[in-house]
Amino acid sequence: MNFETIIGLEVHVELKTDSKIFSPSYNHFGAEPNANVNPIDLGYPGVLPVLNEEAVNFAMKAAMALNCEIATDTKFDRKNYFYPDNPKAYQISQFDQPIGEHGWIEIEVDGKKKRIGITRLHLEEDAGKLTHNDDGYSLVDYNRQGTPLIEIVSEPDLRSPQEAYAYLEKLKNIIQYTGVSDCKMEEGSLRCDANLSIRPIGQDEFGVKTELKNLNSFSFVQKGLEFEEKRQQKVLLSGGEILQETRRYDEQTKETILMRVKEGSDDYRYFPEPDLVPLYIDEAWKDRIRSQIPELPDARKLRYVNELELPAYDAMVLTSTKEMSDFFEETINKGADIKQASNWLMGEVSAYMNKQQKDLHDLALTPESLAKMIQLIEDGTISSKIAKKVFSELVEKGGDPEQIVKDKGLVQISDEGQLKEIVTGILDENEQSIIDYKNGKDRALGFLVGQVMKATKGQANPPMVNKILKEEMDKR
Amino acid sequence: MSLFDYTLKELQDKLHNKEITVSDLVAESYSRINAVDDQVKAFLTLDEEKAKAQAKQLDQQSREHTSLLYGLPIGIKDNIVTKGLRTTCASQFLDNLTDPLYDATVMEKLQKENTVTIGKLNMDEFAMGSSNENSSYFATRNPWNTDYVPGGSSGGSAAAVAAKEVFFSLGSDTGGSIRQPAAFCGVVGSKPTYGLVSRFGLVAFASSLDQIGPITRTVEDNAHLLQAIVGHDPMDATSVDIDIPNYSETLDQGVKGLKIAVPSEYLAEGVSPEVKEAVLNGLKVYEDLGATWEEVSLPHSRYAVAAYYLLSSSEASANLARFDGVRYGVRSAQAGSMLDMFKRSRSEGFGDEVKRRIMLGTFALSSGYYDAYYKKAQKVRTLIKNDFEKVFEDYDVIIGPTTPTPAFKVGEIIDDPLTMYANDILTIPVNLAGVPGMSLPCGFSSDGLPIGLQIISKHFDESTMLRTAYAFEQATDHHKKQPELGGANK
Amino acid sequence: MSNISKEQVRHVAHLARLAISDEEVEKMTKQLDDIIHYAESLNELNTDDVEPTTHVLDLKNVMRKDQPRKWIDKEDALKNAPDKQDGQFRVPSILE
Repeated sequence: MNFETIIGLEVHVELKTDSKIFSPSYNHFGAEPNANVNPIDLGYPGVLPVLNEEAVNFAMKAAMALNCEIATDTKFDRKNYFYPDNPKAYQISQFDQPIGEHGWIEIEVDGKKKRIGITRLHLEEDAGKLTHNDDGYSLVDYNRQGTPLIEIVSEPDLRSPQEAYAYLEKLKNIIQYTGVSDCKMEEGSLRCDANLSIRPIGQDEFGVKTELKNLNSFSFVQKGLEFEEKRQQKVLLSGGEILQETRRYDEQTKETILMRVKEGSDDYRYFPEPDLVPLYIDEAWKDRIRSQIPELPDARKLRYVNELELPAYDAMVLTSTKEMSDFFEETINKGADIKQASNWLMGEVSAYMNKQQKDLHDLALTPESLAKMIQLIEDGTISSKIAKKVFSELVEKGGDPEQIVKDKGLVQISDEGQLKEIVTGILDENEQSIIDYKNGKDRALGFLVGQVMKATKGQANPPMVNKILKEEMDKR
Repeated sequence: MSLFDYTLKELQDKLHNKEITVSDLVAESYSRINAVDDQVKAFLTLDEEKAKAQAKQLDQQSREHTSLLYGLPIGIKDNIVTKGLRTTCASQFLDNLTDPLYDATVMEKLQKENTVTIGKLNMDEFAMGSSNENSSYFATRNPWNTDYVPGGSSGGSAAAVAAKEVFFSLGSDTGGSIRQPAAFCGVVGSKPTYGLVSRFGLVAFASSLDQIGPITRTVEDNAHLLQAIVGHDPMDATSVDIDIPNYSETLDQGVKGLKIAVPSEYLAEGVSPEVKEAVLNGLKVYEDLGATWEEVSLPHSRYAVAAYYLLSSSEASANLARFDGVRYGVRSAQAGSMLDMFKRSRSEGFGDEVKRRIMLGTFALSSGYYDAYYKKAQKVRTLIKNDFEKVFEDYDVIIGPTTPTPAFKVGEIIDDPLTMYANDILTIPVNLAGVPGMSLPCGFSSDGLPIGLQIISKHFDESTMLRTAYAFEQATDHHKKQPELGGANK
Repeated sequence: MSNISKEQVRHVAHLARLAISDEEVEKMTKQLDDIIHYAESLNELNTDDVEPTTHVLDLKNVMRKDQPRKWIDKEDALKNAPDKQDGQFRVPSILE
C-alpha cells in the first residue's frame, strides 16, 4: 500500500521589541535568571497587563510579509492552564480573532514551486523557562515570561519532510527580512512543533496525527518527520493503529519517542481578556506598517536576475539571508563590480563564515572594504592571488585595503622594465625550460611563470609576465 | 466626642490652626482601635509604628500643603496592594505575603495627599461574599449591633469608619461590596464608574466589574476622597483618560428640577417594608427639595444576579489561578509532585466560598458550556446595560434602596449561597452596567439598624450623584446618629 | 438542561486544580447544581440578536510605547518565594 504524508507546522517566533509585550521589563536574551522580571511578569496579585504597541506593529509586519489578511477588529483572550512557567496560570493569547489569517508562502523543492497556506498568525506572550534538575526539583526563570511571541500555523499542505524543511527555511528567511525577529533556533527565538499523519493514497479523510515537540533545528524537524513517517507506515502495514500522541525527537538515537498519549482535546477555557481592550486596526495603520516592510527575498531574487543580470543560483544564495543580501547591495553601491561582489560573498566570505561558524556581522569585513578591494583588483593594483592575502587581513582585522596593500608592499609589479630584468634572470637559470618550450612543451611556460611569481612573492602582474616571457624566449 | 466626628474640612482647619496635630489624629485612631476592635474586628493588619512615624514627620513638615486629606488616618481594604505592608485578601493562601513588592496606584495617589495608612481591613476572602463571614481570619461585626454582619465584602472598611477607628477608608465593589456594607453600617460608600479609578494593585476578583471606592461618614468627605483617587493610569488599560470635574465644587447646587427615576423592580417583592418606607420617605425629601420622581422599569434586573454570578465567577476562576504556590503565598507542606503543589496549596489556602466560585466559573467556561453560560451571561449583561441607558435618556439619577433588607445576623444565611447572593440584587446591576452608584443612610429599622439609599447616575457623572446625595444629607440627620458599640453578645 | 454530575464536579475540580474530598464532591455537586439551575433562568431571555458585553466602556487601542524600565531587583523577585535555589524558583519536577 502506498501512503500520502500530511504535515502541518506550528511555529513560534519571539519578537525583538525593547520591552515585553505586557510589561515594561527589558526583553533581551541571556540575562541572569529572574533579572528581567517585575511584579507583572511574576503574576503578582493586583497587576495588570498593558499592551506594547510595537509588538502589534511587529506582528502585523510579519503577518503582511506572509501574505496574511490583517484583522480590522482583533482582541486578546485568556488561555487557561496550570504550569510553573505560566505565572498567571493563563497565557494572554488570541483565540477567535487572530491578527492575521489566510496567508501563504511559496517554497521550492527539487525545482518545483509550491504554495503553502498559513491558516493564522496570532500574537501572545511567551512563558518562563523550567530547568529540570536530577534531584526531583525544577527551577523556574521568568526572564522569558512576557516576551512577545507570534504563533504561525500552517495549513496541512506539506506533503513531505523535505517540504517541511523548505517551508521553515523560507518562513525564517521572510521573517528575518522584516526585522521583527532574529529567528535563532539555538536561542529559542524560533521554535517549531510539527504534526504528521499518513493516509492511503486516494483516501480523502486525514489519518490520526502525532505531534512532534522539542525539535531543536530544522534538520531535526526533517529527520524527526522522516522517522515518524516510516514509523506510522510500519504500524499501519502491520495492522496496528496510530494513536493521537505527543512524541519527541531524540537526537542521539535518531528516533521519535513517546511523551504522552492525548486523551480528548485540552480544555483551555478561552475567554476574552477583560484587562485589555479590543484593537481596531484601521487602513491608515495597516498602510503605515505595510510601507515599512522591506523588499522580501523573492522580490529581491527576481531583481538580481532581471536587473543585475546575476545567475539564478547567485541570486538565490545571496538572498538566503537578509544580512548577506544587504551586504551585497551595499558592496555594489560602493562601486564594486556586481559579479565580482557576488563571487567573493559566495566564495571566500561564505567559506570563512562556515569555517569559523560566524555570522556576517561578526566579521571585520565591511561592504566598503570589500568594494575597495575588488576595485584594487579591477584596476590591476593587486592580483587576485594577492587579494586573498588582503582579504584575510580585512576579514580578521578590518581596515583600509589600500593601506594594507601599501603597508605590506603587496602592490602588483607591472613595470615592464623591472619585470624584464627578473624574467631575464630566471631564463638565464633555466635554459632547459627554454628548449622544452621551443619544442612545444606548454608546461615549461607554466613552470617559468611560477618561478617569476616566486621571485616576486606573487606580486608580478601575471598577464605581463606571460607576455614578457614569451617575447624574451622568442629572442633567444 | 471623637476627632473623627468633625468633617474633613474642619479637621484641616484645626491642623492649620495648630489646634491638633497629625499625631493626635493617628493616636485617636489607635486608641479607638484598642478600645473597640476586639468587638468590631475590622482590622487584619496594623502598622502603628510606621503610621506614628509618618504622623511625626508630617507634623514637622511645613503646613503650607494644599491637600485636604493631609494627615488623615485611613484604613485600606486588604485586597489593595500595599508595599511593605501585609496584603492577604483575608485568605490563608496569602497569610505570609508581608511585602507584595509594590503599591497600588491608589496608594501612590494617597501618598501624594499625605494620608496616613493605619492598617489593612478585613473583608470576605478575595472579596467574595456579602457578610464578611467569608474572611479566613474572623468575621467583622456590625458596630450598630455586633450580633449582625457589617455586610461585605468591604465589611471591615465600612465597620471601621462607622466605629470611628479611622477617619475614612477605601473599599472595592464588584457587585455591591462598597454600597451594601455602607448601607448596613450607616456610612457613605460610593462605587465610581468602571474605569474612573485605576485597578492597578487591586487584587482582581472580576476584572470587568471591580472598582475601588471611598467609604466615609459624610457625602462631602466622600467627594474629597474620591477626588484623590480618580484619574487616568497608564498601568491600567481599562482606566479612562478624561477630564475630571471638581466634585466638591458642585455639591451644594441643590436638586431643584432634578429628574429621578425609581425602578419599580427596586421596590418590589423581597424588599422589606421598612426599607421601602425609608426609601419612599427619602423620595419625599427630594420632592420637598424641588426634584421630581417617577417609577420606571429596569426590566432585566431580575436576571442580573444570575448573569453576575456566571460572569464574576468565570473571571475569578482565571484571576485566582495565579495562586499556585510557586512565586509567593503559602505552598502546601505536602507538595510532593507538581500537581500536589497546585491542588493542595490551593485547597488548603482557599475557603469554601472561593472554591465554590472557582468551580462555578471553571464550569461556565469549560468546553461545551461556554456558550450556554458564559456567553449567555455576557449577552444578558448587554440587555441590563441597555436598560440603564434607556432610563438615563430621560432621567438624571436612579434612586432606590441599596439592599432589600437591613443587616442580617451573623450565621443566619451563611450556609445558603443563593439567599446570600440575592442580597446583592439591587447593587449588582450597577456593576454590570458600569455606572456609578453610592449608598448613604436614609433611616433605621425597628431594630435600630441603618438603611441605605442608593443613588445611581450616568457613566462618569459622579458630580450629579454626589450632589444628589449631598442635598439629601443636608436635609436629613440620619448620618448624625452614632452607633453605640455593643450587642446582645456583649 | 441536565443536572451536573459528580463526575463533572471532579473534572472541573481537576481543571481548577482543587483537591476535593468525596464529602466535598457531594456537597459541591448539590450547591453547583442549585446555582446552575438558578442561572438557567437566563434562558427565558431570547438573546439571539444581542451582542455580548466584555467591556462596559467603548475603549479601543489602549497601548503603551515600547520603553523598557527597571522596576524591582532580582532579590525582590524571589523575596516571597516558598522555595528557591540559585536565583530561581524551585518546584517539584514530578508531574503527578
